[in-house]
Amino acid sequence: MGIIKTDKLVFEYIRRDEEGNVEGITRAVDEVDLDVRQGDFVAVLGHNGSGKSTLAKHINAILYPTEGTVWVDGMDTKEDKDLWNIRQEAGMVFQNPDNQIIGQVVEEDVGFGPENMGIPTEEIWERVEESLKAVGMYQYRKFSPNKLSGGQKQRVSIAGVIAMHPKCIILDEPTAMLDPNGRKEVVRAVRALNDVEGITVILITHYMEEIIHADKVFVMDKGKIAMQGTPREIFSQVGKLKHLRLDVPQVTLLAHELKKSGVNLPDGILTVEELTQELMHVYESRKSAPHLVGLENDRERV
Amino acid sequence: MPIILDHVNYVYGSDTALAVHALKDINLVIPDGQFIGLIGHTGSGKSTLVQHLNGLIKPTGGNIYFNGEDIHAQDYDKKKLRSKVGLVFQYPEHQLFEIDVFSDVCFGPKNLGLSRQEAELRAYAALKQVGLEDEYFYQSPFDLSGGQKRRVAIAGVLAMKPEVLVLDEPTAGLDPKGRDEILDQIAKLKEETGITVILVSHSMEDVAKYVERIIVMNQGSVMYDDMPREVFQHYKELEQVGLAAPQVTYIMQALCDNGMPVRTDATTIGEAVGEIMRVLEKKVRKCPKITCADAG
Repeated sequence: MGIIKTDKLVFEYIRRDEEGNVEGITRAVDEVDLDVRQGDFVAVLGHNGSGKSTLAKHINAILYPTEGTVWVDGMDTKEDKDLWNIRQEAGMVFQNPDNQIIGQVVEEDVGFGPENMGIPTEEIWERVEESLKAVGMYQYRKFSPNKLSGGQKQRVSIAGVIAMHPKCIILDEPTAMLDPNGRKEVVRAVRALNDVEGITVILITHYMEEIIHADKVFVMDKGKIAMQGTPREIFSQVGKLKHLRLDVPQVTLLAHELKKSGVNLPDGILTVEELTQELMHVYESRKSAPHLVGLENDRERV
Repeated sequence: MPIILDHVNYVYGSDTALAVHALKDINLVIPDGQFIGLIGHTGSGKSTLVQHLNGLIKPTGGNIYFNGEDIHAQDYDKKKLRSKVGLVFQYPEHQLFEIDVFSDVCFGPKNLGLSRQEAELRAYAALKQVGLEDEYFYQSPFDLSGGQKRRVAIAGVLAMKPEVLVLDEPTAGLDPKGRDEILDQIAKLKEETGITVILVSHSMEDVAKYVERIIVMNQGSVMYDDMPREVFQHYKELEQVGLAAPQVTYIMQALCDNGMPVRTDATTIGEAVGEIMRVLEKKVRKCPKITCADAG
């Protein structure tokens, strides 16, 4: 069994009127089977309302399944006795950093989690130090969180979670409110946690470029898993993703459009380097044909 | 109605130890009917700047003119200004409060002192402009999806019939389709009504696709103010201030560095495809053998 496993997970939101009578039932997660291996980097995509966040909230027992089961490191989330162990093993980071930071000073904020767990003071300081170093925020440890940029605040939130030494970290659109640099910082920090510390990562996002390095991608639609595979497999299916209200990275879309115009390119190109290499290949092979002329003029014009 | 910012300065907490100089000598002319992108890293002064445009914040130095009149003059009608310059804040759906969608959109025009009938006509037109279907009009705004809520909130501002529409990150948190839908609607609205649109965004791809002019803010000053293709040529400088260029700019640059004779100023997928195909196909067209093979 993987670190996170769900078996036919169903969750229903029940709407009630003022008297408590049931007005309607919305099935937000519908028979989802998930198996995430320790150390994996997993991305979850899906349009607004597809059930991503509801699924994520099951992984650290904020929500309990209506039907089916969720196991985190072998513990059933419905068992009350394991609740605190589960929340410690699967930490969660939300969209808005301002809602997650409570300390007056960065290091205090990061220490809040381990302090609540009853960790001895010396060890708290050690954990604060290593967590802040892991996200590249150690030099800001004495700052007030108010003085930080969005990306920095979000990295402090992540440090606060990893100070609890989780095996798994779930990030629910952590970059939605950040500028391009902030997005880059956060994604880099998360990848480092996964590569260096071996923490399992589940990243929910609407930015397709952020997940091209993921080990596995799940695409949700109407509470079900509609697609799963490697980023390359997923992003090869431009039409299907667009149908699910999603997109592909801009570089993948450009390759797709060029292919439609008759350029011979492979499917599922994910990075600027790959596309450049492939296009140079096409260009060189056309150029090297002896009957081609006019190249020098073009160069001069540029 | 053009807006002119003349040597505008703003200091938060002036005369205190915590004073922050948020805007430094801003000079801008915003003519009628432009689609402008306003970009800048977090804390660069974008939001402070847009709050000056409808008089929510009074500059600590300099003047702002709307249609030639100083908006902070003694007898200037600020209420009218705020109906002319509509501001849609970040996450505007948090400001929805009415019992149903239609009443929520009516709130603004009613507050302008319009008759109920006029307010309702405007609300109807505004909801149509943002592309919301009739079936949602009498639902609670809280039962709608994220993208729909956001459209209702934008409609609430449009119902005031603004001449300038300022949107602060209107697509944050929306799925890719939702982003495209909202921006397409805004572009269409601009096309049909000729209003001025100022789009504050962190998505360089979106900005490149829609706007005709980009204003880049850095540390409270205007760093660049130009057409997208010119601004994104400075991608290295943009990276230094926490921004970036659209991915296609990097591709064109990499192709050029590797010796493919492409122009590097494409900023959208369409432009990039056109430019790459121009370079690749030029060779093909001059190749009689391929033409023969194709024909045969």
